[in-house]
Amino acid sequence: MYAVETIELSRVFELKGKSILALDDVNIRIGKGEILGLLGANGAGKTTLVKILSTLLLPSKGSSYIHGHDVVKEAKQVRRIINLVSGGETPGYGMLTVRENLWFFSQLYGLSSSTARERIEMLIRDMELEQYRDVRMHRLSTGYKQRLNLARGFINDPKVLFLDEPTLGLDVINAKHMRKYIREWVNADKTRTILLTTHYLAEAEEVCDKIAIIYKGRIVAYESPSALKSSLSNGVSINVEIFSDPTAIASRNSMVEKISRSSGVLACMLEPSGSDNGYHDYMVKHEGGSYSNGRYDGSISSDGLTRVRIILDDDSKIPDLVSTLVLNGYKVLSVRKDQPTLEDVYMRYIGMREG
Amino acid sequence: MSRGRGNIKDDLILNLKVVYARAYVRLKGLLREPHWSIAEVTIPLLSLCAYIYMYTMLDAPIEYMAFVIVGGAMLAFWSNVLWGVSAQLYWEKETGMLQHYMLSPASRLAVLLGMAAGGALNTTLRSISILLVGTLLFPVEYNLLDINALLIVFLLTITALYGMGMLFASLFLLYGREATHIADLLQEPIYLFSGIYYPVLSSQIFSQAVKLVASIIPLTFGIDAIRLLLIMGKGMEDVLLHIVGLSLLVAILLPSSYIALRKMEDVSKRHGRLTLRWQ
Repeated sequence: MYAVETIELSRVFELKGKSILALDDVNIRIGKGEILGLLGANGAGKTTLVKILSTLLLPSKGSSYIHGHDVVKEAKQVRRIINLVSGGETPGYGMLTVRENLWFFSQLYGLSSSTARERIEMLIRDMELEQYRDVRMHRLSTGYKQRLNLARGFINDPKVLFLDEPTLGLDVINAKHMRKYIREWVNADKTRTILLTTHYLAEAEEVCDKIAIIYKGRIVAYESPSALKSSLSNGVSINVEIFSDPTAIASRNSMVEKISRSSGVLACMLEPSGSDNGYHDYMVKHEGGSYSNGRYDGSISSDGLTRVRIILDDDSKIPDLVSTLVLNGYKVLSVRKDQPTLEDVYMRYIGMREG
Repeated sequence: MSRGRGNIKDDLILNLKVVYARAYVRLKGLLREPHWSIAEVTIPLLSLCAYIYMYTMLDAPIEYMAFVIVGGAMLAFWSNVLWGVSAQLYWEKETGMLQHYMLSPASRLAVLLGMAAGGALNTTLRSISILLVGTLLFPVEYNLLDINALLIVFLLTITALYGMGMLFASLFLLYGREATHIADLLQEPIYLFSGIYYPVLSSQIFSQAVKLVASIIPLTFGIDAIRLLLIMGKGMEDVLLHIVGLSLLVAILLPSSYIALRKMEDVSKRHGRLTLRWQ
């Protein structure tokens, strides 16, 4: 029996007379003791899937099971063994203290007084909330509110925990603390399972046993991070440092396009400058030979250089690529061959689907 | 069989805990911000004073002063039902708490009962304060002969009233953002028809049709019967019709609130928007 299983799960939303397919025949199986990372852009269907599995939304088609319980027909049994934590959500009543809020949530799951007391103390300790134990929730900072929110998710010691972008808006230290705790929690009891949705590829790579990439409601890849990376074994990832004006959008777009149209380039990602609000520009070549471009979230580097990550189908194409750049007037400062990252995998799969 | 009984027992314990926990939130709020209670007692007393002075100037019968004080005390329950129960699911949604309830194995009715229980206890204290202060300020006389009948009527009134509040809670949520407007719309007609400051059912001014419409409001039957028992010295036999009316309202409103709650949850799961804030 799987901890989580979905069979041809689909969901259609009706919006202003139009049908929007949010999930399209999704089949996933998560074993006990696993952390599955669900990666996808905004609107890809991550939250819809989590909402169906956590009994908050009905599917339009297909079935899903949590520890063998039908999510639709046995919602009550499912609710006893799951919990859901979403990034940025309200972790309780502002007027109640941290301890009182956790007690309140423990009662929603019918915990006995002694179990509730023990678990609340443990979670307060684990989430490093000791000094805020008797502080009212509305006085907590965003990071500590999210720690309380995460503690809420563990209050019923769920068998399956859904984490929907749990580190959204958190600083590096809080996010790291949260990731560490998630991993340790599953390792401590191999009957526990987590489904984690995230935008952050590094986060998925750090904590997840398996990764599913969801694109326009379909699961387009479903493997361990290492298997996903080795699926790019035919390709090669290179990092190129180019001296150009990093703030000129037209110039940057033109650079991405020129690189992408070079022989052997499968995808091209431009690291952002300080003025880009953390977005990466990218361009992907599809199997049919067409191209698509867009932007996605990422970290910012601001040392004035433009760094481009390129996936080539063959490393013999590197000299041709460098020549193309030089002929187009770009100063190539360095070219470094690299191991494929999850980011490369993500770009490649999204690109293939758009093709 | 024993497994089935075990499940029923587990469910019962769970839901009683939920009722207590939700009531605790309400009571804790009252204790943490006691200045609100002062305002909630003082402000109704002002309207109550206005009616008493008006009746005094018009040389109305002396028992009208007591009518106003009893009406003012019961009004606290109506305000609580409207703002503390009917609009509550809507507020829970707006604060992002509704999803936590929907996600838990707790019965949704238990959550609403907790809100109602916390509100009722809180409001009883407010109502008693209004009754005591009003009685001390004005020369009113009470003539209570049948305390059992008074208790029965009071409990039936409160049950019917909170049943109505629980029914409205789901309906308000289904109507989305307009909860406060619906509450506002309901407030004044209820003041008019339920006879908070004057008798409706025993009055000659109102037609039978108006009295019939007014009877669907639990407060109308409740206030009328409480006045008869507490002020006019009447007994159980004089309020039998009120008791039957209130019992019927309880029998209709409680199951209706359960059905409305199921309907609300169904709509929520079908459209996926109802538990989301700002939708």
